[in-house]
Amino acid sequence: MTNQALTIAITGMNAKPDNPGPGVAVAKCLRASKHNYTLIGLGYDALDPGLYLAQYCDKGFLIPYPSAGESFLIERILQIHEEHRIDVLIPCLDAELPNFVRIKELLQEVGIKTYLPSQEQFRFRNKDRLLELAKHAGIKCPEIKSITTIEFFRDCEEKNWEFPFVVKGIFYDAQVVHNPEEGIKAFRKIAAQWGLPVLVQRFISGEEYNLTAVGDGNGNLLDPVMMKKMALTDKGKAWAGVSIHDHVLLQASQSLVREIQWKGPLEVEVMKDEDGEYQLIEINPRFPAWIYLSAGSGKNLPESLVELAMDQYNATKKPAELGKIFIRYAEETIIDISEFESVVMQGSRI
Amino acid sequence: MSDNTSSNQETSHSLDNIKLPDIMTLKRLAISESGFIFDPETGHSFSVNETGMFILKALQNNQNPDQILESITDEYEVASRDAERELVDFIGQLRKQLKGIQS
Repeated sequence: MTNQALTIAITGMNAKPDNPGPGVAVAKCLRASKHNYTLIGLGYDALDPGLYLAQYCDKGFLIPYPSAGESFLIERILQIHEEHRIDVLIPCLDAELPNFVRIKELLQEVGIKTYLPSQEQFRFRNKDRLLELAKHAGIKCPEIKSITTIEFFRDCEEKNWEFPFVVKGIFYDAQVVHNPEEGIKAFRKIAAQWGLPVLVQRFISGEEYNLTAVGDGNGNLLDPVMMKKMALTDKGKAWAGVSIHDHVLLQASQSLVREIQWKGPLEVEVMKDEDGEYQLIEINPRFPAWIYLSAGSGKNLPESLVELAMDQYNATKKPAELGKIFIRYAEETIIDISEFESVVMQGSRI
Repeated sequence: MSDNTSSNQETSHSLDNIKLPDIMTLKRLAISESGFIFDPETGHSFSVNETGMFILKALQNNQNPDQILESITDEYEVASRDAERELVDFIGQLRKQLKGIQS
């Protein structure tokens, strides 16, 4: 291997303890890789901690928010690329992915490789198409509906949408609501952050099982790692989880990837109720924040992704080890005001 | 399943009607010598005492309840009626644990 000089740029450097972005965890995986990478953290906010964590990211840069549009994004990425020669870029956040999917060919032209789906594949796994996808996966899916006004909550129970149910953003965020007031509040908050439409999904109780893997674009699901959540944050995010092997989840995910011909990282979330029935909750087009468990269970998925992007993937990895547990914890990092100043004023860590 | 011997029921049980956990589920369980049990498919974990581990290993080896009862009374100084009650209780709790229901 000649990976000595490979430089990998990773987005999603936000890491609020109860709902972290996946970027720092992806960087941790790549740090744990057998290859020696130079890692660049790309963040949207000067307080994104990953920008400053030198143990994971050798450099840290700000990039424009997704709402600024792809031309600003291209300009900024090219600026960073000119100085630091990015080999592979791994976007980690839902809201930025449409932009990165649109500019991936342009990035390829300047020598920045990605491993992302086509625009069509990307649209196909949209949250409002879950029902259709669940059919392909051979599992059920709680009914989901797009809404654009708060009027829905005023008479939803008359339309057979009884509380509680889940209010979700088109890109991210989900909140269980128990009455019209909570529904309206959640709608406004989610619409303000993620835009319209907002989605409502029937509430399913049970245990959540997740799978993460990489689709190769030819219908194959590579290096699956499955996890059962053991403890949740207030936002329903995994606080602790254990690696498992669930054949129904695996088969459903394989069917989905085959159907969409998915290329790139993904996370499949299912709920298993007391009767053992599976319901597809979500398909995320990126690595999850718990991705470090993949390295911990011997299937370093970010490493696989880089190898795939570089045409160096060797499909000989052993299955993920079962019974590996992650426990998330919050930690402070201390930085000098000059480092913060540099990010605010120059858009890069000193 | 730390409370696997906690029932005080005095009613007699019939081993003939006892519903055993699925054998495939039992076979996949990782049993540690400490009594810690991990189901690698569901992610559930629980603990059992020495007798519980004895029963669980017997179930993994496809022994039926009558054979297990005989083994328990051979191995431990316990009256057959008490052992039978413990066995029925344990299997009931084991089924709940394997479904992820905390008892």
